[in-house]
Amino acid sequence: MNDTTPSKNADDSPKSIISRFITVTETDPRLLGMLGALALIWVGFHFYGVIFNDFGAFLTPRNLWNLSVQTSSIGIMATGMVLVIVTRNIDLSVGSMIGVIAMAMGLLQVEVLPQFVGIGHWSISIIAVIVGLIFGTLIGAIHGWLIAYREIPAFIVTLGGLMVWRGMAFLSGGGRTISPVDPSFALLGGGPYGAVGASISWIIGGLACVGVGYVIYSGRHSRIKHDFHLRPMWAEIMLITVGWASIIGAVILVNSYPWPKGIVRQYGAKVGQDLEGTFISHGFAVPVLILVAVGIGMTILMTRTRFGRYVFAIGGNPEAAALAGIDTKWVTMKVFALMGMLTAIASVIASARLNSATNALGILDELYVIAAAVIGGTSLAGGIGKIYGAILGALVMQSLQSGMVLIGFDSAIQRIVVGVVLVLAVYLDIVYNKRVKK
Amino acid sequence: MANVGTPLVELKDISISFGGIKAVDRVSVDLYPGEVVGLLGHNGAGKSTLIKCLSGAYKADAGEVFINGEKVIINNPRDARDQNIETIYQTLALADNLDAASNLFLGRELVTKSGFLDESKMEAETRKIMARLNPNFQKFDVPVSALSGGQRQSVAIARAVYFDAKILIMDEPTAALGPQETEMVAELIQELKNQGLGIFLIEHDIHHVMKLCDRASVMKNGLLVGTERVENVTEDDILSMIILGKNPKRAK
Repeated sequence: MNDTTPSKNADDSPKSIISRFITVTETDPRLLGMLGALALIWVGFHFYGVIFNDFGAFLTPRNLWNLSVQTSSIGIMATGMVLVIVTRNIDLSVGSMIGVIAMAMGLLQVEVLPQFVGIGHWSISIIAVIVGLIFGTLIGAIHGWLIAYREIPAFIVTLGGLMVWRGMAFLSGGGRTISPVDPSFALLGGGPYGAVGASISWIIGGLACVGVGYVIYSGRHSRIKHDFHLRPMWAEIMLITVGWASIIGAVILVNSYPWPKGIVRQYGAKVGQDLEGTFISHGFAVPVLILVAVGIGMTILMTRTRFGRYVFAIGGNPEAAALAGIDTKWVTMKVFALMGMLTAIASVIASARLNSATNALGILDELYVIAAAVIGGTSLAGGIGKIYGAILGALVMQSLQSGMVLIGFDSAIQRIVVGVVLVLAVYLDIVYNKRVKK
Repeated sequence: MANVGTPLVELKDISISFGGIKAVDRVSVDLYPGEVVGLLGHNGAGKSTLIKCLSGAYKADAGEVFINGEKVIINNPRDARDQNIETIYQTLALADNLDAASNLFLGRELVTKSGFLDESKMEAETRKIMARLNPNFQKFDVPVSALSGGQRQSVAIARAVYFDAKILIMDEPTAALGPQETEMVAELIQELKNQGLGIFLIEHDIHHVMKLCDRASVMKNGLLVGTERVENVTEDDILSMIILGKNPKRAK
């Protein structure tokens, strides 16, 4: 590479239509790759069902709706795992943390708080969630402190955490299953009542469309202001169209999954109306909305704040970050505390969805979370990672799993497939990176 | 040009040891505004270590630092930056995964009123300073790992120059550069010197030292051999200070 060669020439060289398209629209090729893989998995499972079981169960509103709910908990944790891995660390303890946090929240709702405020009091779920979040953040902060300030490798600290918190989960409940959780707490886990319904889904969809429009408009505006290279107008319009179409498509999808008959009858009895045969849409599930909110929040944190910049800098070159005056230890500790908080959110969703807290909740989740982050393009060498990649990675993992359940693979084969896909995904990533560098 | 008045920087009796080995042993050097002081010596003589005590990368075990005659405590790189001390490290200290603008503003990011990073402003500022330092530089949207040695060097230099340094520390700034780029750095040093900056220059190439520096301080085994005005010594004198640890003229 020669210093005097202006890099502009690089863009002029002849390329395929696809790579020109990627350059002009400034899309991440990895994103397209993952969307392609996802489409392949979805269509593959659907037609496998069509051919061998005479019924394609995958591409149905019901399955996709469930898929979105199942992805939430892993997806939320995967966004935090991106930060952890970007700073060249690892967190093996998230699965156990889910268990112990769920146990703490479960005991609080079922055994502690009712003694003071009475069963079913409105404040129970709020207090439980807040205590859960604080507990999770605290556990993460302890891990972070040991890693950053006591300089114990993250692998060891969180491996210890994996065992300690699982043990604590068992001890705290004496091995019992704590159930049922507070009814309003259970809404956070999804299900017919834990979804927002058709009209609110349309409102959310509308707001999302406005949001997409604003992001693209303000991006263009700021480039004009500073006289930078602009995307061609057709590319901007295409991005907006694709964005709006996906949002509207998602709203239509979740609205076309009706409540089951039994739930409609139950609800009808509750409100004193005969709703027999009425089509009541699920709409977006609450945990999915939480995932989207977390995803947006974490993306802003990673790309638009100093903290996010420091996280990347530490991953890229820890010494340079320290020499630039960044308090690398404090940042590392905050990353783990944040991981703990996100794990607590995931724990709320997981236990609410089960309507119970068990000491086995979240077993092996750490591996799925790490796999999701890595499939999503997070480099284990540190410094590279994207939030949306991790969420998509979680979706890929979950699609594989529920697809295999739908077509009747047993769990042993599921694990084999997931394991092979993980290795393959990372290998493809390595091949891709090598080709990009050349 | 005689140095009169208060020195810009005065390092007094700085000592630092690692595991019982004295890397720097009671070394005193000073630097005046508009002056370039070369630091010379073998690998492991203690030059970089001494300078890292000023830049905040290390904390000296003993000794004092004076800036404009006032005693200051430098515990970390942030303290050094607050004293308008900027450092270009031999390793360049760049985060390879970030682009030029992110590296230039690392630790001192520009933010909008709402507290978010002002990416466009930072890129615009980076384009401005790079246009001055290295007009050929065009790669603003790729990680610095994709840049050549010279381009990376210019990012590191831009970072030091952009923030109105009063004191500049350059640790072998031309080690990775070709002849043309080395010439550019030499011109830059001259320009910054004329602006009144004080520059510590760690340099192995004696020709560069004779050409660029006003004074040269030579270190050997953690000790200061001596500080000479370059017009009073020959290259051979400097060499024997480096190798033998004494100035033949003074020894006589």
